[in-house]
Amino acid sequence: MSDPVNSIAEWLRMILSGWGLSEGLITLILAILGVVILATFVLVVDILLVWVERKMVARFQDRLGPNRVGPFGIIQPIADVIKLLIKEDILPVGADKFIFNLAPVIALATVLLLWAVVPFAPTVIGADINVAVLYVVAVGSIGTLGIIMAGWASNNKYALLGAFRTVAQMIAYEVPMIIALLIPVLLARSMGMQTIVSAQSPWYIFVVPLAAVILFISSIAELGRTPFDISEAESEIVAGFHIEYTGMKFGLFYAGELLHALTVSALIATLFLGGWRGPFVDQVPLLGPVYLFVKAFLVYYLIMWIRYSFPRVRIDQMLGFNWKFLTPLALLLLIVVAILDKAMVGVDTVWYVLVMLGANLLIVWGTVLILRRYAQIERVRIAEERPEARAPEAEMGELLGQE
Amino acid sequence: MPNDWIFIGVFLLLAPIFPAAALIIPRLIAPRKPNPLKSETYECGIETYGETWVQFKAQYYIFALVFLIFDIEVVFLYPWAVAFDQLPMFAVFEGVLFILILVAGLLYTWRKGVLEWA
Repeated sequence: MSDPVNSIAEWLRMILSGWGLSEGLITLILAILGVVILATFVLVVDILLVWVERKMVARFQDRLGPNRVGPFGIIQPIADVIKLLIKEDILPVGADKFIFNLAPVIALATVLLLWAVVPFAPTVIGADINVAVLYVVAVGSIGTLGIIMAGWASNNKYALLGAFRTVAQMIAYEVPMIIALLIPVLLARSMGMQTIVSAQSPWYIFVVPLAAVILFISSIAELGRTPFDISEAESEIVAGFHIEYTGMKFGLFYAGELLHALTVSALIATLFLGGWRGPFVDQVPLLGPVYLFVKAFLVYYLIMWIRYSFPRVRIDQMLGFNWKFLTPLALLLLIVVAILDKAMVGVDTVWYVLVMLGANLLIVWGTVLILRRYAQIERVRIAEERPEARAPEAEMGELLGQE
Repeated sequence: MPNDWIFIGVFLLLAPIFPAAALIIPRLIAPRKPNPLKSETYECGIETYGETWVQFKAQYYIFALVFLIFDIEVVFLYPWAVAFDQLPMFAVFEGVLFILILVAGLLYTWRKGVLEWA
């Protein structure tokens, strides 16, 4: 039943204690080793992600994508990294140098930190703390700070506009995200990631699909990806907060953004798709990470699909969508789930899941009805507002006729 | 459990080192030939006009207030959710009442027209 990671850790612990080191020092050394291995692994996955993302966007846009460097262009990201490393680093006039340099570091470091609580296998996790969900919310918000710092320190108006937009967007979508995260916590009675994963029989996406959808939408907004990419908005404010960044500093933002998307996918996979759970995972713990990454990449693919299919929303639409639709919906779902869960103490699991699923679908149905009604009213309103278009010749003729 | 917190602490200290290392390497090998034109602020071809760090019309000041209330109150619900097994039906309804007060606040701001981005 033991998995290789913990066996190696135990073996190292034995060797180190054989050297006569104290218990506390051994724990510290093992923690440092674990952190370095985990972070390196995540960063290697990140470099691969550049290739995955570029190849996928090429396919969505009917192109081939990188295909010259190595088989299927898989060495392309390495070439990119070398190019970024030897590129001149430009500091714009009047920029706040310290904050300008600190911002990309924070943007990537916070995303790395999120991986500390992602469970890879039944016994393999960075840190199985009992407030993991709260940790995710807290550390995730620091990433926003990196973006604001970048936008403010660049001494560029486009960058500042991007930062301002980011603030409005992040503080809005944080609310439905936290409420949606609360629902798996409520069902599992714990904020620890391993407990939530073990409690998922069946997966929570079959129990509360609506919570997964709300978390998914608000996560895309937190990522600042299309359709919520107003903080970058290439066609309006050129690149938003990272307009003045060149070379590796830009590279860190780019890497941080890609890795953040995968991290969010991994968290959704952990909270709603059963994380490392899958057939034979108890016999072969090594299958755990495989299942986790398959599920995470499935969610990641969905995020990419949405990114390359939808146009950008306006800021007023975006805020309205959050405060007038997503937040009330999330609160309603929370109330329904809480009452139903308490009312069904001791009920058979099958019935429990069916009732929960039914309640979710009922809420979705009601929401669709309300939305349809709203769309009808809105269509009439827009049609009334718009003056009738007329051909200029007709107008001219009318004017001449009057004379 | 304490070992897990040591791990988090070590991670907090080490995480910035990885991106910082990626910033130090170009400092050693990349060319550095700054000139005034190159480091000029980018702005669609013309010279930038006036200060960048001006007082901005903070339209979302009230959004920030609404967010603050929501964020803090929802965080209060986390312990409620964790202790759900020990709660009687009465305590669950009390939590629901708490959420409904939040909803009332949201409806109030909505009716006030605060949620319109003008």
